[in-house]
Order: sequence, then C-alpha cells, then structure tokens
Amino acid sequence: MAKTQVRTLFRKGVWEENPVFRQILGICSALAVTNLMTNTLIMGLGLIFVTAMSSATVSALRKITPERIRMMVQVLIIASYVMMVDIFLKAYLPDISEALGPYVGLIITNCIIMGRCEGFARNNPVWPAFLDGIASGVGYALVLLIIATVRELLGFGTLFGKPLMPSTWVPWTIMIMAPAGFFMLAVFIWIAYTLEHKKTQGKP
Amino acid sequence: MESSLSAPIIFFASIFTNNILLANFLGMCSFLAISRELPSAVGLGLAVTFVMTCTTALNYLVYHYLLVPFHLVHFRFIAFIIVIAAFVQLVEMVIDRYSPRLYVVLGVFLPLITVNCAILGVCLFMVIRKYNFVQSVAYGFGGGLGWMLAIAALAGIREKLKKAPIPKALEGPGISLIVAGLMALSFMAFSGMIQMG
Repeated sequence: MAKTQVRTLFRKGVWEENPVFRQILGICSALAVTNLMTNTLIMGLGLIFVTAMSSATVSALRKITPERIRMMVQVLIIASYVMMVDIFLKAYLPDISEALGPYVGLIITNCIIMGRCEGFARNNPVWPAFLDGIASGVGYALVLLIIATVRELLGFGTLFGKPLMPSTWVPWTIMIMAPAGFFMLAVFIWIAYTLEHKKTQGKP
Repeated sequence: MESSLSAPIIFFASIFTNNILLANFLGMCSFLAISRELPSAVGLGLAVTFVMTCTTALNYLVYHYLLVPFHLVHFRFIAFIIVIAAFVQLVEMVIDRYSPRLYVVLGVFLPLITVNCAILGVCLFMVIRKYNFVQSVAYGFGGGLGWMLAIAALAGIREKLKKAPIPKALEGPGISLIVAGLMALSFMAFSGMIQMG
C-alpha cells in the first residue's frame, strides 16, 4: 500500500474527519474518563485496539457476512474484542479497571467503532481497514488527552498523578465534575471550527 | 454483598442526582442528534425508558441465573448486548404492527436504541453496584425517565435557541454542549437531596 494513502488515512482520522469534534461520535466516554490522564490514556489505547481489530475483522469477513444481519455480526465482533480488553485490564491493571468502571464495557456502544465498521471496513480490504481503525482511534485518543490535560491540571493540580502546580494553587473542583466535561468539549469544538473557518476563508 | 439503598431512593436518585446523562454522560449521541424538536425527543425518551426498564429486568435474570451459575461472567458484555438487540427488534416489530404512525415518527432511531450507551450502561452499573432485582428495575426505570427529562429539556431550549445570535463556529453541537453543561450544573444542586454511590 502506497505511503501517501496511509498518510491520507491518518490525516482524515486525526483531523479532517476526527470522530470526536467533527462527527461528534463516541463522546460519552470522552466526557466521562477525561478527569484523569492515566485513565484517559488507558481508555484511548483500549479504543485504538478495539477499533483497529474490529475494523480488520469486519473487513476480513465482509464477503461472507449476510447483509441482513451484518449489524449483529459487527456488534458481536466488537463485543468480543472489548471482552479481551476488559479481561486484560482486570488481570494487569486492576486499579484502573476499577476506576474506569462500566466505561470499558461501554466501548461496545461507542459509535466510532460502529461508524468505522459501517463506513469503511465493510467495503475495503483488511489492511487499509486496520489502518483506518488505528487512525480514528488515535484521533479520538488525542482529543481526549488534550481535554484531560486541562481538566486534571486545573482540577487536581496534577498530571498523571504527579503534582505540577505550585503549592499556592487552589484546585478547581468543578473541572473534575460533570459540567466541566461538557464545557471543555464545547470549547474544543469551538476552537476547531474557528480554525477551520479561517482556513476556508483564506482560500476562496 | 448487596447495595443497601432502598428502591424508591435509587429511583429518585437516578432521575435527579445521578442523572444517567448529565452525571454519567451516557446516551450522548442520540441526545445531541434528536433534541431538535420536543415531540420527537419525548417519543424517543419514552421508547428508551421502556426498553431500559425491560432490559434491566431481563439482563438481571440472565446475569444471575445464567452467567453466574455457569461461571460465564466475562461474557456479560456479549450476553447483555444480545438481549438488548433482540428486545429492541421485538419492540420494533410490535410498534410496526400495532402503531405504524409511531413507527414512522421514530424512524431510524428505533433500531439505534440498541447502541444507545445509556441502556448498556445501566445494565453494567446494575452489576457493578450489586443491586437486587427490585433495585435494578427501579434504577432502569428512573434512569430512563431521567434521560427523557434531560433530552426533553434540551429540546425545549434548542427550539428557543433557533432565534438566538450564536457565534458561527459554535452553532450546532458546540452550543448544545454548553447548554448541557449548564443543565448539569443546575442538576448538581439536587445532590443535597439524595446521595447514591
């Protein structure tokens, strides 16, 4: 596969068609886990794994899957990979598994994965589908990490659990609670759209 | 060990203090997509409430009488999602048969209830918090009502927002998220009433 094609896939996944702030998909978990960097990172890695693997699997089975039950098949494929992630986390990172709670299981209903399976993997060979899955997952993880940086830094005064702010800093508790999740994502979308708007104005 | 909260408390807490949407961020996709008009928001809210209540009951039975005795707990994701998908399919067929008008109104969003994370989320929370059967059903019913309350409120606000001057880049999802954030802020005021772990 040509190098340019890979680059196009990644540019689309990370910026042009970024699942979180372009298509507003999968934001449930984006809001719920972003109050701590560690959780966010693990969640992002889990999502990249599940998206890539299920895209590849859906693509591999695309010729023998009956059209009528393909959604069911896709959901089952996704659920199987999520199960692996869940068991892996329980075995090796029990604390984080505990902290993420139901949100690992909720990767199943994360619309990004279903969207990539339906929109790309269903009509493309295995290798591009796999890369496309990784690209979308990376796009998702990057946005989450940026949001988490702000929320953890202002809310706890730490990053990855290490105190960074001066001792005079008063933690901004609202940042780690639900409303700030909504506000942060809204601001992020605002900035992204403004940048895009400027770019399109620049070249008529 | 079972959770010690009584069913009515779980019911009210899941509507107000632990609103499935505003506190747990579940069901956001359809929340942003459907909440343009009040009637369709309420229709979808009712459908979700119904599916949520029934699937929590079904999944409770599946989990405790099928998965736990046979040591298949790790397969709970697959089991839950199959139950939800099958149930939504059933509801779809019943509505199509007995109320074709409602079927047309709900359209594509009816099958999409399957991937509404609020429903799977409620089923998973039920397991994590070790609710018994009555508590689970109360939680499912309350969670559904809470979700409907949030989506209906947002739909009402968005109908008014159509006339408001909003910065171009903030139109659509941006402003909805800000409104949702303000709603979450105001729902936090309920937290003095009831606490739920």
